[in-house]
Amino acid sequence: MEQERYLSASPHVSDGESIPKIMYGVVLALLPAAVGAVYFFGLKALWIILIASAAAIGSEAAVQAALHKRITIADGSALVTGILVAFNVPASVPLWMPALGAIFGIVVGKHAFGGLGYNPMNPALLGRAFLLASWPTHMTVFTAAPRGGSLSGIEPATISALGLDAVTQATPLKLLKGAREVLANSAVADPAKYADYAKAVNALYDSYGNLFWGKVGGCIGETSAFLLLVGALFLLYKRYIGWKIPFAYLGTVALLSWIFAGTDGLFSGKPLFHLLSGGVMLGAFYMATDMVTSPVTFRGRLLFGAGCGVITMIIRLIGGYPEGVCYSILLMNLTVPLLDRSTRPRILGEKK
Amino acid sequence: MRILQHRTFSGGVHPPQNKLTARLPIEDIVPPPMVVIPLQQHLGAPAEPVCQVGDMVKIGDKIGEAKGFVSVPCHASVSGTVKAVEPRLHPLGGKVLSVVIENDGKGEVSPSLVPDDGYLERSPDELRSRIREAGLAGMGGAAFPTHVKLSPPANKPIDTLIINGAECEPYLTSDHRLMLEHPREILAGVQVIVKILGCKRCFIAIEDNKPDAIETMRRAVAEGGYPYQVLPFRAKYPQGAEKQLIKAATGREVPRGGLPMDVGCLVHNVGTAKAIYEAVALRKPLVERVVTVTGAGVRSPKNLRVPLGTPFAHLFAQCGGLSEDAGKIIMGGPMMGIAQFSDEVPVIKGTSGVVVLSKAESKVPAPHPCIGCARCVDACPMKLVPTHIQTLVRHERFGMAKTYGLLDCIECGCCGFVCPAGIPFVHLMKYGKMKVYQLERAAGAKSA
Ligand code: SF4
Ligand code: SF4
Repeated sequence: MEQERYLSASPHVSDGESIPKIMYGVVLALLPAAVGAVYFFGLKALWIILIASAAAIGSEAAVQAALHKRITIADGSALVTGILVAFNVPASVPLWMPALGAIFGIVVGKHAFGGLGYNPMNPALLGRAFLLASWPTHMTVFTAAPRGGSLSGIEPATISALGLDAVTQATPLKLLKGAREVLANSAVADPAKYADYAKAVNALYDSYGNLFWGKVGGCIGETSAFLLLVGALFLLYKRYIGWKIPFAYLGTVALLSWIFAGTDGLFSGKPLFHLLSGGVMLGAFYMATDMVTSPVTFRGRLLFGAGCGVITMIIRLIGGYPEGVCYSILLMNLTVPLLDRSTRPRILGEKK
Repeated sequence: MRILQHRTFSGGVHPPQNKLTARLPIEDIVPPPMVVIPLQQHLGAPAEPVCQVGDMVKIGDKIGEAKGFVSVPCHASVSGTVKAVEPRLHPLGGKVLSVVIENDGKGEVSPSLVPDDGYLERSPDELRSRIREAGLAGMGGAAFPTHVKLSPPANKPIDTLIINGAECEPYLTSDHRLMLEHPREILAGVQVIVKILGCKRCFIAIEDNKPDAIETMRRAVAEGGYPYQVLPFRAKYPQGAEKQLIKAATGREVPRGGLPMDVGCLVHNVGTAKAIYEAVALRKPLVERVVTVTGAGVRSPKNLRVPLGTPFAHLFAQCGGLSEDAGKIIMGGPMMGIAQFSDEVPVIKGTSGVVVLSKAESKVPAPHPCIGCARCVDACPMKLVPTHIQTLVRHERFGMAKTYGLLDCIECGCCGFVCPAGIPFVHLMKYGKMKVYQLERAAGAKSA
């Protein structure tokens, strides 16, 4: 028969998943939190997201054109990086910063290593780390309060009723960090300040609702646990992320914060507070789960998540920064080859 | 007795089943005007021709003699004249010495086919030699000579026989139809195997997407008063793979590099069981088999009883021809089958089906680098890390790839099925294995 036939190795069918499908699935999952960012922080947040995305896509196209490689901006991976960089900056930054972070992430974090699939570290986090190291004030001073809320997440009415204005001009994690320092040294502390902090900590622990819905200060995409969870459920349902890394990460954070993060000695911590504040939700579901930079084995993924949790809590509790999600994931990214190698599953029929 | 759950293994995938022909009874094909019978249709040494151009042959006449222990003879599948003994295209690739017979249409049967009602009285050795003489090779696809599988060494007694009716490949329904239409012959064959091995239990394994087959086989077992157990297994690919089936049925794991007999098990396909019955009771050699001809590219898919050596083109002609849209011809199922570039290749002993995919289904996307999504790791039924093995093979680090389990890969294709980057795993695995064997042979030659 003179008809051309397709030839290829088996299997001859596939489940229809592709890299673009997965990447745009992640974009879709990030959408609720993006809408939330614009709602809470205004149009500035929209600009940050658009500029970071454009910078990521544009710089990927530029690098690939310069290297005479196939231009792959349509696969959606650069867009994901752009959005994540945007999510990781405060609303108060000048607009060139998210652009620069995205470009750094794409050029240095991704293409310097050979592009998608070869980068050892999460490009978006590398972009954020670059910004944090270069312009720490812009990155750590939060001035934009969310619509209808306060920076610390405590109800504005409560703040004025208790007269706490002086200590609540900070994000919850920063407030808690300050409080722990004062409360741990009750002997030397100024009694008025001591009383204020004690009240503030109680008020913080009463404001879980605001943390959950996102009425709190912080980077624009990290504040609403609720909106992030909506997207995460979608990703879990589509199996674009697995349960192991988020579960191990959040579980470790909860455990360690219960044991060590309280203001009344061991086992006085409030796990829910640490889970809902800062960037843990964003990190655990959207950044630690980055396929390229996380292990592929079952035990490897559990250890990876647990490692992220441990480092996050070390930084939060004894490190110099109030938040440690970004560095914890970047550091664990570097352990991936080792984790994968040492957790190879037992082959069927291999001796136990 | 405890209610049996539907057993399974871990890993695996759920490809769309597409069992288009599950309800179509097996039809006898109009015999082709010409058959091409390759002298190698089994694993092991090829048979040697024992006929000449111009010879008249009848159905069941021996035309190729086995050479060595791991080899089986071949028989004429139609009556007529030998037209050529020459290399012809083979569905497993390349050209293989084949006997071409022109069909005289008379359908005359060799006088050597004399039924033996007392076959159950015969000794195991006699039964084995009848099976070998009938040219039996596993009909599930791998085509290992059946008598060799039935000759375990004395230090490896078999206590469990598993009859494989899982048929986990999408599209294929030939085993399913056999179980519905010939349950008694299958069980008679099982009885022979049990007698040869003297094993104490026998499971008949069927996926739970074929409740009618489970029902039919259960009834036949009860009617015949056999002590065999029909076990439903969860419908999941590759449930019918030997090691996965053994693990699911008995909990035993075939050791790395070992054989089922190392854990006292033996697996035979339902089609082979039926052929065993015919070989010992009817003295009928393996000259025909059931082939599912199906897929979007076939106008009217069918289950056909086909003389071995029938060219694929004749199968298609009997199924209303191929549609305009036919894109890829596969011998076997879509997960493990082999794409063909010609429709001249013949049906062989291991041809359980011919699947023709549409053009749209046939296109393979260009591969991307691995993005580390771990889907292949979760899918691998051998618990390998396929992405690491493929990377090692690409970097020509074959020794390391072997440590990571390259040789344990059963080429089931689950990893390729789920990979969003479109990595051609099975191709790389086959290439890597070939390289490992080559290197080991070279090393062996040097040290010898
Ligand atoms: S083809 Fe090999 S590596 Fe891939 S899933 Fe099957 S056994 Fe595992
Ligand atoms: S499924 Fe493909 S992309 Fe995913 S880890 Fe395996 S090889 Fe990589």
